[in-house]
Amino acid sequence: MKEYVCIICPRGCHLAVDEENDYAVTGNGCLRGAAYGREEAMHPTRIVTSSVRVRSRIHPRCPVKTDKAIAKSDIMKAMLLLDDVELSPPVRRGDVVIASLFGGEANFIATRDIDE
Amino acid sequence: MHDEYELIVIGGGPAGLGAALSAREHGLERILVVERDVQLGGILNQCIHNGFGLHYFGEELTGPEYAARLIDRLNGQAIDVLCDAMVLEIIPGENGHTLRLMSADCGYRTVGSQAIILAMGCRERTRGAIQIPGTRAAGIFTAGTAQRYVNIEGYMVGRRIIILGSGDIGLIMARRMVLEGATVVACVEIMPYPGGLTRNIVQCLQDFDIPLYLSHTITRIEGKQRVEKVIVQEVDDRFHPIDGTDIAFDVDTVLLSVGLIPENELSRAAGVEIDSKTSGPIVYENGETSVPGIFACGNVLHVHDLVDFVTTESEGAGKAAAEYVLRRIDVLEKRIYEKVSHDDVNLQSPSYDDPQKVACEAEHARASHDDVERSALIDDLSKKLVQGRSYCLSIVRDETISYTVPQRIRVQRVDKQVSVFFRVKNPQKMPKCIVFRDGERIVASFRRPYMMPGEMERVTLTREQLDDVCGNELLISVEEIR
Repeated sequence: MKEYVCIICPRGCHLAVDEENDYAVTGNGCLRGAAYGREEAMHPTRIVTSSVRVRSRIHPRCPVKTDKAIAKSDIMKAMLLLDDVELSPPVRRGDVVIASLFGGEANFIATRDIDE
Repeated sequence: MHDEYELIVIGGGPAGLGAALSAREHGLERILVVERDVQLGGILNQCIHNGFGLHYFGEELTGPEYAARLIDRLNGQAIDVLCDAMVLEIIPGENGHTLRLMSADCGYRTVGSQAIILAMGCRERTRGAIQIPGTRAAGIFTAGTAQRYVNIEGYMVGRRIIILGSGDIGLIMARRMVLEGATVVACVEIMPYPGGLTRNIVQCLQDFDIPLYLSHTITRIEGKQRVEKVIVQEVDDRFHPIDGTDIAFDVDTVLLSVGLIPENELSRAAGVEIDSKTSGPIVYENGETSVPGIFACGNVLHVHDLVDFVTTESEGAGKAAAEYVLRRIDVLEKRIYEKVSHDDVNLQSPSYDDPQKVACEAEHARASHDDVERSALIDDLSKKLVQGRSYCLSIVRDETISYTVPQRIRVQRVDKQVSVFFRVKNPQKMPKCIVFRDGERIVASFRRPYMMPGEMERVTLTREQLDDVCGNELLISVEEIR
């Protein structure tokens, strides 16, 4: 049995997920909570946001994010990849900074325009 | 830049941007936004995490992305922007206000404006504000300052970190520090419940196994040059440290997330009445402060939990400022009032009280061919106007509610409905009712499954409900469901 606090809405239901019983969820106030509990127990994922170096006159850092959620267990590995990145302006938000993380579908993309 | 504007917005963060865009949309042509940073966007620029925009844009954005959407819209409009500039003083006037400002580009300037929107945001409470005993070592930052260093300037603030306060910025920074390679030893909260959103407790603390100490606080900071150690103690229900509960943490950095204070030095100096509870201006239903023609929105008015609500609130203030300016100069409308007064109706200059509706009704009355009906309609109209002018409701609260915005409602200015924002004082985990009363009678009642002090609540009162109120006070409270 794994326990979680649901984060779908501010109510914060306390969920219990039974891995030995087909990930059955109890304690949820609604169906969205059940879906969240299952996902969280089976393969938790997160969007990762950080920043990278940029050779700009005004901005020393350019913010980035993963455009899809990645496995929670990959977060620190993904962060290490950003250490070696240095961008040059112009940067447009949506520009791919690191493509296809760990061979998957998620990319790190820029989240800000940096003109010069 | 011109010498005269219809509207000057002070602050180019989410509130200022939203207000300027809305004022433009509602017909103002000369608008200036004054921003003290070198770029627009305000604090959103340093909030590089995601979770913004779900309500307003219907998708999950990072702070810079949210800001960029508003800035893109602004760039498409004829709105003047002055960055790297500081407003020094607002001098209110009967026929328009004057601003003194200083900027890198134009030096010291005096600019006139018919309306002003205060959108200066808020600032963080510091160590000095909460009086933590100990040495004055380096390494003590407010969480937002550390956030700016890391996310904008690219400096790391420390290696072993403790966070005081579980507000959202503190939680977000706990995760950010871990991602950047630091160790966060604990997050300490004096209240028995966390201050931030549940999702941030889960995704920023639990995801990284950072312990959260509720009902604890930092009672001592030690270290000569740099912070070396902090002492944390449990507190009793009166927030007094309990002897013998000391825990020592070896850290080099303390981040404070202990509350935000609306930044109202300018407002106070301009004579704007301030609410001691919100530390923001007291406002009417449309965001207008006690000084006519000066409006307020965003975190300068009250500290919001979500930026999406800042944008919505600011759009309301922008619209109200536009109406204020346009009504003052609408010659046609004035002429209609003159026509009405010609019929010997006792009207004082109603240049500002719900004029569109009045104008419409006045025309309707004048168009009537039946003399009796005509004079009855005009009588009716004049009564409404006279009543309307003196009719202002104050919202008062009992001990269950910490504040409301707006604090006052001019009922005749409410078109169809008005939103009232408030926060509850204590966590309400069982279903409760929010009740508005005039004396003993219930004017409106709203059921809520749960309410937390960290989250803003909103209810909507209709014009019909407000018209029914007896007296000039409306009491709001949390009550048991009957």
